[in-house]
Formats: sequence, structure tokens, C-alpha cells
Amino acid sequence: MAFTQAPLPFDAGALEPSGMSAKTFEFHYGKHHAAYINKLNDLVAGTELADKSLEEVIKTSYKEGKTAIFNNAAQAWNHDFFWKCLKASGGGKPSGDLAAKIEKDFGSYDKFAEEFKNAAATQFGSGWAWLVSDNGTLKVTKTANAENPLVMDQTPLLTLDVWEHAYYLDFQNRRPDFIKNFLENLVNWDFVASNLASA
Amino acid sequence: MGYAELASVSRGFARMRSLKQFLQRQLHFIVIGGFLSILLIACQPLAQSQAPDASPPPETSSETVDQTEAVGTLELPPLPYAFDALEPYIDAETMELHHDRHHAAYVNNYNEAITDYPDLQSQGVEALLRNLDVIPEDVRITIRNNGGGHVNHSMFWQIMSPEGGGEPQGQLAEQINQTFGSFADFQTAFEEAGANQFGSGWVWLVSNNEGNLQITTTLNQDNPIMQGAFPIMGNDVWEHAYYLSYRNRRAEYLDAWWNVVNWEEVGRRYEQAVQG
Repeated sequence: MAFTQAPLPFDAGALEPSGMSAKTFEFHYGKHHAAYINKLNDLVAGTELADKSLEEVIKTSYKEGKTAIFNNAAQAWNHDFFWKCLKASGGGKPSGDLAAKIEKDFGSYDKFAEEFKNAAATQFGSGWAWLVSDNGTLKVTKTANAENPLVMDQTPLLTLDVWEHAYYLDFQNRRPDFIKNFLENLVNWDFVASNLASA
Repeated sequence: MGYAELASVSRGFARMRSLKQFLQRQLHFIVIGGFLSILLIACQPLAQSQAPDASPPPETSSETVDQTEAVGTLELPPLPYAFDALEPYIDAETMELHHDRHHAAYVNNYNEAITDYPDLQSQGVEALLRNLDVIPEDVRITIRNNGGGHVNHSMFWQIMSPEGGGEPQGQLAEQINQTFGSFADFQTAFEEAGANQFGSGWVWLVSNNEGNLQITTTLNQDNPIMQGAFPIMGNDVWEHAYYLSYRNRRAEYLDAWWNVVNWEEVGRRYEQAVQG
């Protein structure tokens, strides 16, 4: 069975007032994400991987050094996870258990935010910034290109895509502004909290 | 291996900077010399005439240039044409952001990284890229990324031109035909390699360690000199190089790029590679 692209969890123009334009989604969701899924299906067609779950394909291809399959499978998963991390008029500080956990593991929300901003800004070239649970401890990490916490035995809780295609139409070279806007106006903390609850 | 054109560009800036530093040193000397002159003038009238002349001695240039390479900070080379000169193939906004923001940031970050390392400043950026192991670990990746970014882009601006396009000539054309079958075959292979570079990076035509032409790719801002190859030409496949006009269609950008390739400059770089 072929892998399919789940619909965006919001209208493509819904995040425009929060700093992510419909134009960006037209390409980021409509072209980039779609292309990863199409390529993945081409690459695994007729192989034993075609019937595995996306997570299994990611882990297996990573372990076996099947780079092209890994890149497309991981990017298919990363983007799907990223869309869920976004919502209109999101961002700001989390609340409840998640807020307490962030405070416990980072010292304060501000310290977490600083670490996350730094990771996202210093990921040189294409990649992702993450909030993960690593053996029960929250950590900020960054990964290059398609790599993700699934292959590092960590549970991803939140991600930000820092490939240039994620922000170039809205922010051009100003990645730090894109990161700041993400934290202030876009993060879907409910999704992050549900990830923490099931971690 | 000879220096690339970009090195001579940065040396040109370095020379200008060194003149400024030279004049500053002379000024210090004049101030101190003048002060000493006043002290000594009563008992040693000749001292004043021995104060250094403000105009630089005529034959300091070669020595000064060496010292300047020793300084090792970078300056952003000016774009050799207007931002809109490569339209319609590369749009003006892309060129402005690419040169004035992206390249400028590499220059600034590099200079900041080497500020506290006089040992590194005594070597040029290319020498450091060829020998990353000598760089202290805390600044190695910054120098690799930003030094590479500077070297790559300095070449990139030079190998493009509003009068570009067409085909290579002479020795380079012959060698391309011999290695790849034909110019068209070379173009196809170059475009394929550029399209398949996953994420940020560059596609190159290099003269490899055996002196043969080869198409390679590098990740992010790595440069072929890190592997001992000579970069003859390279195309930037970071998304910032093409996203405003071509969006996700990198293949279209790679195809259009041939229209702006400055084969005269690429041919010159090939001769440099051959001459070692």
C-alpha cells in the first residue's frame, strides 16, 4: 500500500495572520512534502519496505544506510509532524504539566526558548530543530537535512523546519525572525503536550 | 596548487586594507617621532629630518601583501555587475539577498571567529580550508562553514556574467569532450548531480587529485579544496540561490544557469588548475 499525504490540519491560508503565508504552504505542503512522499513510493515500490509503517521504513533504511529511502521517508514524516506543531494564533508559553516539565528540565521557559532559538539558528544548512524527550528528560536538539529523533531513540515533542524553503518566501534570509515568530505565534502547545503525555 | 581567482580578489581587498594599516602605523610613527623630535631638537637638530616621511616607500608592496595575507580577515568582494544583470535567469532580489546578506554574513562570521586567533590570522582562508585539522575545535566548524561560504561565493560571482552562456572554448572544451563525451553530456551530468544533492550544497566541476575533470558535489559550504581538488566551476544549490524565482523547481534553475556561465573565467580557472 502506498504512503499517502495526510491533509493539512488547518486551511492553507489560516496561518497567514500568524506569519506563515498561504504561498509558503502552496509550495511547502503542495510541492516539497508531496514530492517526498511520491519519491518514497517510487523507491520502495516492489520492495519489502512498501508494506511497513513509515516509522519502520525510517528506522530500517537509516540502519541499513539506504540513504535515498531514508531521506524521503524521514522528510515525509518530519513534515507531517511539523504541520501538527503549528496552529493559528498559537505560540507563547505552554501551560500545565508541559510547562512544569519544561521548567524542571530547562530551568525556565525562557531558557528553553533561548536554547531552541539557538539550535534552530545554528543548524547550518538544511535541517530541523527539536524538543525531544530523551529517556524522560526534555532536550533541545538539531538535525541535518532529513535526520530526526526517531533514529536516535528519542521521542520528538516539537519541531521547526529550518530548510530555507520553510521560510524564504516569508522571511528570506532572516531565519532568526522566522524562529521568533514560530515561538511567539505558531506553536501548537496542545499537540506538544499530547506528545509528552504519551512519551 | 595555484590560488583561485577568488583568492586574488580577496588579496586585492587585503592590499587596500594593508595600505590603510601601513598609513596608520606611519601616523603613529610620525606622532611619536614628532614628540621625540621636540625633545631632542635642542641637542640633536638632525633628528627632525630623520622623522619618517608620510608617503609610503614605493617598494613595500610585495612585503606588505605577505603581511596582509597574514592578517587573514575577509572582506565582501563587490558584485562585478548589477543585481539585475543576470535577469531573467537570476532575479535581482535573489542576487541582492545572496550577495549582500548571505555572503556578507559568511564574511562577518568568519572574521568574528578568527578574532582571537592570531595563529589562524597568519594563514589565508584557503590554507585553513585545506587543513581544517590545525584549527582549534571551538572555531573549526565556524571557519569551515563561513570560510567555505566566502570562498564558494567569491568564485560564484566571478564565473557568472550578463554576457555569459554559450560553450567553453579551447583546452577546456577539448577536455570536457574527452571526459564526458560532449558538452551536452557534461551539462546533463552536472545538472543531475546538482539535482541529487540532498539539502544545501554545491555541484562542481573540479580538477581532481589525478588532474582529471570530475563532477562532484559538496554538502553545505564545503569546498573541493578540502579534498585536495581544484574547483573549476560550481553552482550553488542552496535553496536561497533560486527559491524566489524557481521555488521547488531546482532542475529548472540548474538548466537556466547555463545562460549566465562566464566561460572565459571558467576557462581561465581551468588553465590555473592545469598549471598547478
